[in-house]
Amino acid sequence: MKIGTPKEIYEGEARVAMTPDSATQLQKLGYECAIESGAGAAAGFSDATYEAAGVEIVKTAAQLWKSADIIAKVRQPNETELKRLSKDKTLISFFNPGGNAEGLELAKSKGGNVIAMEMVPRISRAQKMDALSSMANIAGYRAVIEAGNNFGRFFTGQITAAGKVPPAKVLVVGAGVAGLAAIGTATSLGAITYAFDVRPEVAEQVESMGAEFVYLDFKEESQDGAASGGYASVSSPEFREAQLAKFRELAPEVDIVITTALIPNREAPELWTEDMVNSMKPGSVIVDLAAEKGGNCKLTVADEKIVTDNGVTIIGYTDFPSRMAAQASTLYATNIRHMMTDLTPEKDGKVAHNMEDDVIRGATVAFQGEITFPPPPPKVQAIAAQPKKEAVKELTPEEKRAQETAAFKAATKRQVTLLSVGAVLMLLVGAVAPASFMQHFIVFVLAVFVGFQVIWGVAHSLHTPLMAVTNAISSIIILGALMQIGSGSGLVIVLAAISVFMAGINIFGGFLVTRRMLAMFQKS
Amino acid sequence: MEFGFTTAAYVVAAVLFILSLGGLSGQESAKRAVWYGIVGMALAAFATLIGPGQGLWLLSLLLIAAGGLIGAYVAGKVEMTGMPQLVAAMHSLVGLAAVLVGFNAHFEMGHVASILAGAPSALNAAGLDVWMHEQHLGTFAALIAHKAPVELNILKVELFLGVFIGAVTFTGSVVAYGKLAGKVSSVAKKLPGGHALNAGAAIISVLCLFWYFGTGGFVPLAIMTLMALFIGYHLIMGIGGADMPVVVSMLNSYSGWAAAAIGFSLGNDLLIVVGALVGSSGAILSYIMCKAMNRSFISVILGGFGGTSGPQMEVEGEQIAIDADGVASALNEADSVIIVPGYGMAVAQAQNAVSDLTKKLRAQGKNVRFAIHPVAGRLPGHMNVLLAEAKVPYDIVMEMDEINDDFPDTDVVIVIGSNDIVNPAAQEDPNSPIAGMPVLEVWKAKQVFVSKRGQGTGYSGIENPLFYKENTRMFYGDAKDSLDKLLPMID
Repeated sequence: MKIGTPKEIYEGEARVAMTPDSATQLQKLGYECAIESGAGAAAGFSDATYEAAGVEIVKTAAQLWKSADIIAKVRQPNETELKRLSKDKTLISFFNPGGNAEGLELAKSKGGNVIAMEMVPRISRAQKMDALSSMANIAGYRAVIEAGNNFGRFFTGQITAAGKVPPAKVLVVGAGVAGLAAIGTATSLGAITYAFDVRPEVAEQVESMGAEFVYLDFKEESQDGAASGGYASVSSPEFREAQLAKFRELAPEVDIVITTALIPNREAPELWTEDMVNSMKPGSVIVDLAAEKGGNCKLTVADEKIVTDNGVTIIGYTDFPSRMAAQASTLYATNIRHMMTDLTPEKDGKVAHNMEDDVIRGATVAFQGEITFPPPPPKVQAIAAQPKKEAVKELTPEEKRAQETAAFKAATKRQVTLLSVGAVLMLLVGAVAPASFMQHFIVFVLAVFVGFQVIWGVAHSLHTPLMAVTNAISSIIILGALMQIGSGSGLVIVLAAISVFMAGINIFGGFLVTRRMLAMFQKS
Repeated sequence: MEFGFTTAAYVVAAVLFILSLGGLSGQESAKRAVWYGIVGMALAAFATLIGPGQGLWLLSLLLIAAGGLIGAYVAGKVEMTGMPQLVAAMHSLVGLAAVLVGFNAHFEMGHVASILAGAPSALNAAGLDVWMHEQHLGTFAALIAHKAPVELNILKVELFLGVFIGAVTFTGSVVAYGKLAGKVSSVAKKLPGGHALNAGAAIISVLCLFWYFGTGGFVPLAIMTLMALFIGYHLIMGIGGADMPVVVSMLNSYSGWAAAAIGFSLGNDLLIVVGALVGSSGAILSYIMCKAMNRSFISVILGGFGGTSGPQMEVEGEQIAIDADGVASALNEADSVIIVPGYGMAVAQAQNAVSDLTKKLRAQGKNVRFAIHPVAGRLPGHMNVLLAEAKVPYDIVMEMDEINDDFPDTDVVIVIGSNDIVNPAAQEDPNSPIAGMPVLEVWKAKQVFVSKRGQGTGYSGIENPLFYKENTRMFYGDAKDSLDKLLPMID
């Protein structure tokens, strides 16, 4: 089968869905590759390099759509493009299925299959084809670069012969892929970076990238990002107030603000209000990565850079990945190539569109004349849900006291039972045994009792010394032998002598070994 | 007056022994505690020597001195890794001494009886006393002479019991020594007939008790002793190597009970007190060990692992090996390291290499700690002693309960010569023979290195899924050689 990539029609779009490298890999899967003449030019890939990689150059888009079985492109296709779709053709592209009902209908009527790259589920196995992440990564990086371009100072603090330069302070709002990439870029340029996210569990990731997580002074059952597939969801009004208050406090301090807060299928939440912009220092820069969805700052104008009255630059570009077309194309083409690998399990150049596969099913929005959007929830959870914290019931003092009394009563009952059983047994023994025996027996019982009380306190690390000591003192048996050795009979003396001798070994050996061991325990 | 002095000395000695055991609750107080024990023992022996009716004290002193020389020599020479064998060997001495002292008590009883029989029948009780005194008997014999028939019967039982426990302790300890020293195969072995043999021997012993009760002859005592020797041998032969910590502490306990039983028959309170202390100490240690393995004491004593209820989980995947370079680079990058030592470290004598590694890592400011499972090694607290010998500071040596929650935050775990105590099957596989045994959850760390000789299974012969986990790398080879290779690469 043939994979074709047309030139992007969208104005200003410089990316391309196939690179010479990815084409080489696709050919290894058994596919032929074709590309519209000049499709890669804006991303720095000439027709000649494609040809060298064995890609067929097709003159026009119409020809390409006609000859290819699989069409891979970047931007959401327009009507003209979709009309070229036909049965047994597969389109792989960004599609925005949530906001593109006409597109879906058109694809359905044409009978073609459509795989929307933004619908790839966020599970570990599908990360290699997660184009949103690879594009967000670029956007985050580029956002910092754009900010730096419009910021009149160094990022890093310096002390030079010509004076002291304070480091730039960067605030990143939203620690998704783009946010994390922005944090990484800003910190590596030397800026002091703060980051905020509504999901407190990302604090660790933020800190691992070298930024400081901005915690809110707010007590609420925090959102579990895992429940919403790793994305943020809408927060309560109280939470929002606490958040805005924190931002207001930060606004006069920070030099660069990068907002990346997006909630799937919703307008971007307003996080950076006008009064915050007004309180910022002149020369500060705001980069609004949510501009396409209305912006996290209401002053943002999509696709434009504006300067406010108080000298704050607000950048609302929506084409950050396209501004780094070569990098973006390489990553996107690789995502596409991985998607094709999953679609071609046999590596025979034939697409096996397996709708049982979680990833393929999730990304497919139109299949054989049916709209298959939205997909059923994936069988594999994107992220392991955080274990719900066991709600420890706060006990009232009365309940506590009642509990303690109950525990005390139970313990008392147990002890009394044990004691009475023991006492009865003792009395029974005493009834038959002579007094002389009972004297010794009482000593014995008390000794066992003392032994139990004392040994429980011995530290675990000292169990070996304990054994050595008890071994040494168990040679107390020597007393018996010593008492007997004075007796008359010959055999008794011999046996007693042997006992004394062995016990002697034991006493000295046991104690010396114990001392040796204990001398080794040292504190640093 | 002399007798009063002996009793007073005994009381002081008993208090000193209790303090000696109680002092082991902390490393620092333990150093003092051992002196209490030594003084107590010296006092007790001295008081007995100068006590009433004592003879041949020069011979006694010579024998103690000779024994002491040997004991001191052995204690000075033994390697710390050889500690389990030494302790077991010394238990056997106590057991044998108890048997001999018990025999002596029996002979004395016969001796006294024959003298009594020869006494002029015209004497009344008071006159008999005087007459007996003129026969120049020892203290013990005199004591027996005063006993009523009921008391004599009780004496017989006590004596019988003392000899029985002593004999079991003796052969049991000898076998345990053999197993620990590697002179006897540590695999659990049973003669055909298994527990029935033990039970039979025990029944014969009980029958002998009645026989002995009736006749008071030496024959039943001798037969019982042989039976007890056999039980001791067979019981310990049937227990596998991994259960050795329990066996050693159990024998420790037995030697105490034997001493207590002998103390009863000799009417010596100090023997009873110390015997009871040692006996309960060993019993508690055994209990702690059993709890650490989540097994009942009975099932350990009866030997071997209990029956399993179904097939064990198949282990999937493969063991991935790594060389010293890989381990070194992971260690150089890690911030927190936990080392889990086991019996393999003792066998390879690797404790000093481990200590050097610890020092180097700590010098780089890394957080290095040790996780000790209660049953690691062949003796309770075995690993602590080895690490202490190698001068690892004891405040970084943690018990299982203290450290088990810290594994998820740990970068690198190094498992050196331990197997069953880090086996996740204990938690994951209900059919595993070690299911439910508390284990160190090393697999929760970011990376685990297992230093191991080869691909074989551990003492219990159970496959360890840890070795197949994704974050586990096998660092094959003798533990000491491996660590020596690793050391120069840590910078």
